[in-house]
Parts: sequence; C-alpha cells; structure tokens
Amino acid sequence: MMKRLFLAAAATLWAGIAQAAIDIKTVTSPGGIDAWVVEEPSIPFVALEIRIRGGASLDEPGKRGATNLMTALLEEGSGDMSAQEFQARLESLAATLRFRVYDDTLSISAQYLTENKEEVLGLLKQALTEPRFDQDAIDRVRAQVITGINSDAKDPNSIASAAFNSAAFEGHPYGTSMDGTVESVSALTREDLITAHRNAITRERMFVSAVGDVTAETIGGLLDDLLGDLPAEGPPQPEDIDFGLDGGVTVIDFATPQSVALFGHAGIERDDDDFFAAYVMNQILGASGFESRLMTEVREKRGLTYGISSFLVPKVHAEMVLGQVASSNETIAQAIEVTRNEWARMAEQGVTEEELAVAKTYLTGEYPLRFDGNGEIADIMVGMQMIGLPPDYVVNRNDYVEAVTLEDVNRVASELLDPDALHFVVVGQPEGLE
Amino acid sequence: MIRRISALLLLLLLPVVAFAEEAVTTFTLDNGMEVVVIEDHRAPVVTHMVWYKTGSADEPVGASGVAHFLEHLLFKATDTLESGEFSATVAANGGSDNAFTSYDYTAYFQRIAADRLELMMQMESDRMNNLRLTDADIETERQVILEERNQRTENNPNALAREQFRAALYQNHRYGVPIIGWKHEMEELSMDDVLGFYDLYYSPNNAILVVAGDVYPDEVQALAEKYYGVIPAEANLPRRERPSEPPQRAERRITFVDPRVSQPYMTRSYLAPERDPGAQTEAAALVYLAELLGGSSFTSALGTALQFETQTAVFTGAGYGGSSLDTSSFGISAAPAEGVTLSEVEAAVDDVIAEFLDAPIDPDRLESIRTQLRASEIYAKDDVAGLARRYGAALSQSLTVEDVQAWPEVLQSVTEEDIKAVARKVLNKDQAVTGWVVPSAEDAI
Repeated sequence: MMKRLFLAAAATLWAGIAQAAIDIKTVTSPGGIDAWVVEEPSIPFVALEIRIRGGASLDEPGKRGATNLMTALLEEGSGDMSAQEFQARLESLAATLRFRVYDDTLSISAQYLTENKEEVLGLLKQALTEPRFDQDAIDRVRAQVITGINSDAKDPNSIASAAFNSAAFEGHPYGTSMDGTVESVSALTREDLITAHRNAITRERMFVSAVGDVTAETIGGLLDDLLGDLPAEGPPQPEDIDFGLDGGVTVIDFATPQSVALFGHAGIERDDDDFFAAYVMNQILGASGFESRLMTEVREKRGLTYGISSFLVPKVHAEMVLGQVASSNETIAQAIEVTRNEWARMAEQGVTEEELAVAKTYLTGEYPLRFDGNGEIADIMVGMQMIGLPPDYVVNRNDYVEAVTLEDVNRVASELLDPDALHFVVVGQPEGLE
Repeated sequence: MIRRISALLLLLLLPVVAFAEEAVTTFTLDNGMEVVVIEDHRAPVVTHMVWYKTGSADEPVGASGVAHFLEHLLFKATDTLESGEFSATVAANGGSDNAFTSYDYTAYFQRIAADRLELMMQMESDRMNNLRLTDADIETERQVILEERNQRTENNPNALAREQFRAALYQNHRYGVPIIGWKHEMEELSMDDVLGFYDLYYSPNNAILVVAGDVYPDEVQALAEKYYGVIPAEANLPRRERPSEPPQRAERRITFVDPRVSQPYMTRSYLAPERDPGAQTEAAALVYLAELLGGSSFTSALGTALQFETQTAVFTGAGYGGSSLDTSSFGISAAPAEGVTLSEVEAAVDDVIAEFLDAPIDPDRLESIRTQLRASEIYAKDDVAGLARRYGAALSQSLTVEDVQAWPEVLQSVTEEDIKAVARKVLNKDQAVTGWVVPSAEDAI
C-alpha cells in the first residue's frame, strides 16, 4: 500500500530504497481538528486512528485504574443501547471499534466498510460522547479487570515490570500499573468513571489519521461530526520524572524453572539531536532480529536464551534504555554477566564501520516495508504526529539514518550506556545471584 | 513454532477467508515442486515462502521436537553460506526473515524489496540440500530450543495444561505430541535425528513455493526453474500416512493443578472434522458454530447466558480451526465468576449447549456472522502476506488452490441445518477432553 507522497503543497517526493511513497494529505477541519489522510480507494474500507495524550497518567489521586476501567466500558453501552445491543449492531455492520489506554495515551481505532460509514461513525460518536456506565456493566468489567490484576501477580514478566517501575518512578503514575490494584479498582464508583471520561477524552492533544477509501475533502466534516462535541480541554498532564533506580540486581523469589530479567537505566529523549545515533547504536546492541550483539553472544554462541533484546523507551515524561532476557534458573547469572559485558564493550569500544554500514542498510531497507496496509499506515501516521514529526519525515527518515556517523554512534554509546548503572530485576529462583 | 518471537499456532484460531478474485497463478516444476504466485502490485515488496509438507506430526516416535529443531538449524552454515549468514544477508538487504513449524508443515519466509527475489531464491534453494551442521551447532541450538520450551511452556501453567489436555484428546495421532517436543526427548535429539529428517523431507517434491507481492508469474517461473528446478526429487519420499484415531468411547476429564494459576477455568476440546479437498461444508458450519456458541462475549450463547443473563463466568469463549491435515478440534472455555465453582460453571456451559441443540438459531445472528465473514474477505485483501500464508498452509494440508478459492463461498452457503447437524455430531463428550485448571486441589470443586 505505498503510493506517492503528496504534501499539502502538492509536492511529490519519493521515500525509501524500495522507491515507495505514500500520499499524505494534511487537513484541518472547519472545527479545527487536524488530520492526516492517505487516499487508497482500491479496497472499500477505511482505517481511522485517533490518539489523545494523557491516558492513564490522568488518573486522579486514589483513583488508580479509573481511566483503564472507563476505557474498557466505552464499548459496553451508550446512548439508548445496552452493551449487547451496541455490540450486536456493530457486528452486523462487520466493523471493529477498539478503545485502549496506555500510560500517556488513549487510543481509538476504527475499521469499517465504506458502505457502512455513516452508521459506524454514528456508533463511535455515541460511544465517545454518551457512554452509559450502567452499574451492571461496571461490575462485569471490573471483575474482568481484577482477574487480570490477579493474573499479573503470578506472572513473572508482570512481576518484574511492576517491581522495576515502582523502584524507578516512585510517586509518579509510571510507578504503578495503570490497571490499578484490587483495592483501588474495587473502590471505583460510577462518578469516578464519569470524571475519568471527562478528563481523558478531549479535543486537546488529539491526533487523527485516516487511510483507505476516504478523501481529504470529506474528512474534515466527518471529524467535526464525530469529535466536535467533545470538551475542548483536559486537565494538565503529570510532571516529568527522572529515572530513579541505581545499578544493581533485585531478585524476586518465584517458583518457576526459568528466570526472567528486566534491566535498564536512564535513556534519551525522542527529540534529542542524538536520538538517531542512539537508535542505530541500539540496532547493533540488541534490537530485534538475529544480528544484534546480545543475540549473538547470549543466544547464538552460548545457547543461554531463546531471545534477548534491548530497546530505547522515550516516554512522554521519562526516558529509558531497557532490555529483557529469560534463562533457566541455573544459567540466568551467566546471561546477565554476558549482557553486562556487552553493555560495557559497546560503551567503551563502540561499533565498527562494518557494523554501522550493515545496521544502516537494514534500517533503511526495512522502513518502507512497514507501510504495508491501511491500518499500518494509519498507525504510523498518527504516531508521527504524536512525536511532532512532519509528513515529509517518511521521505527524509532514511537520510537521518544515513547521516549518522561512526563518531556519533560511539560518542552516544559512551554517553548513554553505563554498565554500572544497569539495574536487573530478576524473577525466578536464580542460582548465583543475590 | 516460530523461530524468534511469536505465539504458537493456536488451536483456537479462526480461519480467515481468502478472496477468490486475487490474481493467483499456480504451476508445478518438473521435479514436483508446487508454485503459487499471488500478484499485488500496490507496493514494490515481495514475500517469498517455502513450505515443506512435513511438520511435528510426521516425526519418528521418540524424536519429538526434531522438526522444530531442524527449523532452527536451517539458519546455520551451508556449503556456500556461513552460520548466520542467511539472516545477515537478508537484513543487509533491508529485509526480514523467519520460519515456523506446525503439526503439518514447516515454512521459511523472507519479506523484502521485490528486486531482491532472486537472491532469496538462491539462498533458500541452497539450504534445501546443502546444510553443513557441526556438533557444536547441535549442542548450542539444543540449549536454545530448551530455553524456548522453558519460555513458552515450562514457565506458563496454561501452556502446560494445554499440553496435557491435547495429549489426552489424541489417543493415537501425533497431534497429541507438542510441536516443540517433550522435554526429555528434546534433550536427546542428535545429529542423526536431525539429518535423517532433513535428508528425507527437505526435497522439492515435498515443498511448495509461494511468492506474493509485486511480481509476475513468468518472472517467478524462470527464477524458480533456475534455482529450485535443478534440485533432484527425493525418490524415497514416504506417502503421508499417519495413524488415525480409534473410535473414542469414553469421556476424559483432567484436573491440572499449578500454584502459578490465579484464575481457575475449564476448557473442553472435542475432536472435529477439518477442511478436506472438495468437502469443506462441515468445517464451514463449525466456523459458525464457534461464533454462535462463544465468538463474541456480548452476543454468543455462552456469553449471553453466563456473563449477561447471569453472572456465572468472567470469561467465555469457543474456537475452531479448520486448517488441519487430519482430524481437528473444537474448543470451548469458561472462567467462573467470584463465588462460582468449576462444577457450577461447567454445568451452566452444558446447559447452554443442550439448549443450543434444541432451540432454533436466531436468523439475525446467523446473518450477522455471514456478513462478518463476507467483510473479512475485503479486509483480508489488505494483507498479501496473509494471503500467502493461507495458500501455503492449505496446500501443505492437502487442500487445492480451488478449495482455497471456494472457501468463502462455502462459508456463505452454510445453513442452519448444516450447523445443527455438525453440532450434534461434534459436541459429544465421549470424543472430548474436559480440563480444569486450578491453583490448588481445593479449588477443583
């Protein structure tokens, strides 16, 4: 699904070594809602993506889990329709509406056939503006959320995340699960959900993209109808927070044969001038795929794990470099030692010209392959808007990768990576770790 | 069993229908290798896949996991490539590659700019015959698959439970053995096990090439003849005959206890017919049955009765996958609400099933499912790699291109009578395993 890139000014640019491009049209609706549109009429359906900054971090004090529960209830009845009536109608239209919440974002995804456009968007508007929050629906979904919270308490990966986040971000929403606790979720009232709805679903900090059988000419009116009735502003977002976890190892005893380790330290902001250098560096260190140093050393050479990876996590209010690995209780200590050594080797010695060239070829070649469906393109476009990238980023992005020099990568590696600052949270019954 | 990061091929996945009008061309090379070309010129990208009609259910007794182990080892050295060079070359050309193993097939694929197709064929055809494994490869990679088993199964009580239930459902067929293998057999897998499997099954007359994307059939045929056409057919390729299930005469019940379980739940798997060449109606009716019984928690029979009309369950579901060479299965599940026992939730499930068999099917529900299946054909057109997987899987499970293309219409033609008939045939506890998964024996009430 790649076509020419078409900016508002009608300039035609070409993206990617695969010579692929997409037509991105930027639109501002009469009511002031910005959107990016790619017209792809060859298949009669539309993927619509809406994001609203804020998300679970807008939970009020003592109400942890309110935004999450509220979001889950948007599909559970609205207007004059019960949950079952709403879903039955949606199913008969063969449309999908998805409401999800993350630490800093509320996400709304719609996929619908062109022929059902009016009715599906009417249902979406009803869900966003007139949710009922019926008590029976609250109780039913609350029980499901609590089941999830209880499951997380016995899942090694979830236990590791919870411990890591609570130590790294004490006192900040990042420090606790957005699901809330059994206690906090049990105490939520209908009023709390109405407040969470008022706070989280607003036109402020809203980002929109649409791809498929839709036109830039008609999207403005459509968005005003859909979103124009939402409140213009929401409450302030939380403050930024410094990563607060020192280097070391935390072991959490859990009876299971394979230990899981989550590790990391402070990271780099997405709009830092060195972000691309850091991104290329991490590609070589531990990004997904077989070619990374961590996969080579921990899996390919030593057989200590099925998978290990590292990733840059530039969140809205904090930045991290994180990694994860799982290995038998008998071997996790060795896997951690190798990982720490690779962290140090990268920080001290950097990468070779050859490694840099290979990473660049991969990153620039892989980029155009991401644009391979209406939903994928809509996702990418809304994500770009959220981090403030312009439409022509899709054309220039590979140049940013190409512009990264060996000196950049090696300087950033030495500044960013610190083996002594790495903290490992290990869940299991690891041998040889305290 | 994907080689890197992904989920196991799930028993409960619904088959997605294919679009009959896509530009599909098929031909067969002189050595017996089948080729499917799916054209999609929207983007200059190609998906190149080779499917071997051999999976874990074709393994010799005592060597469970060897099909998946071999899949990992295919990324090691060949006569012309160093260990790891295959994936490194794909990555250096901006592509991604991986592989997966299931009961009926093992498949390798790359997704890359369309002008690199020849390089992919050159390397993929090379490793069909020219693998050069060392003892160190065997030792190290065996540790990797054991860690993979740890990650997927040993560390996951739900996966351990599923393994036990499936072993009880299939009393004679190898579908009862896990794709990744039993741990004690994986620990003993040797070079001989691997090479015996490789030499016999990795042959053009046991393989299907699927190329999908910005390609033309003539060009694919010329390249396929050049790289795959020169590989000799395996004369000793065995006929694909597997042991079949004996008549199953007795209900089986299993309680799986693991303290790492937090939410108790029950599942039941029934033996169920699969899609067969020229005979897909029962499978199509089972797709509807799964949707009607437990597809959507808001509108299905189980969801309505157990989650809306009463508060008996926190979750309910039903699922069926018709893509299978041999007898498949139909599953239902339910997790009791707070204060409800497993006995009570199971009795409620059985009541729903009994009522479903007696009562007429709501015509609105039937039409809604029919509409969703028709729409899914339109949505599926947006994913050409998905179409490639659909053809590869179907052809390695004895279906034909015609069967794949007929499937959407077969689905559209399903009647209430078809659904009722297959429900009466399949929902028979004598051909099923009912499993309870609980944190402690005291919860098994």
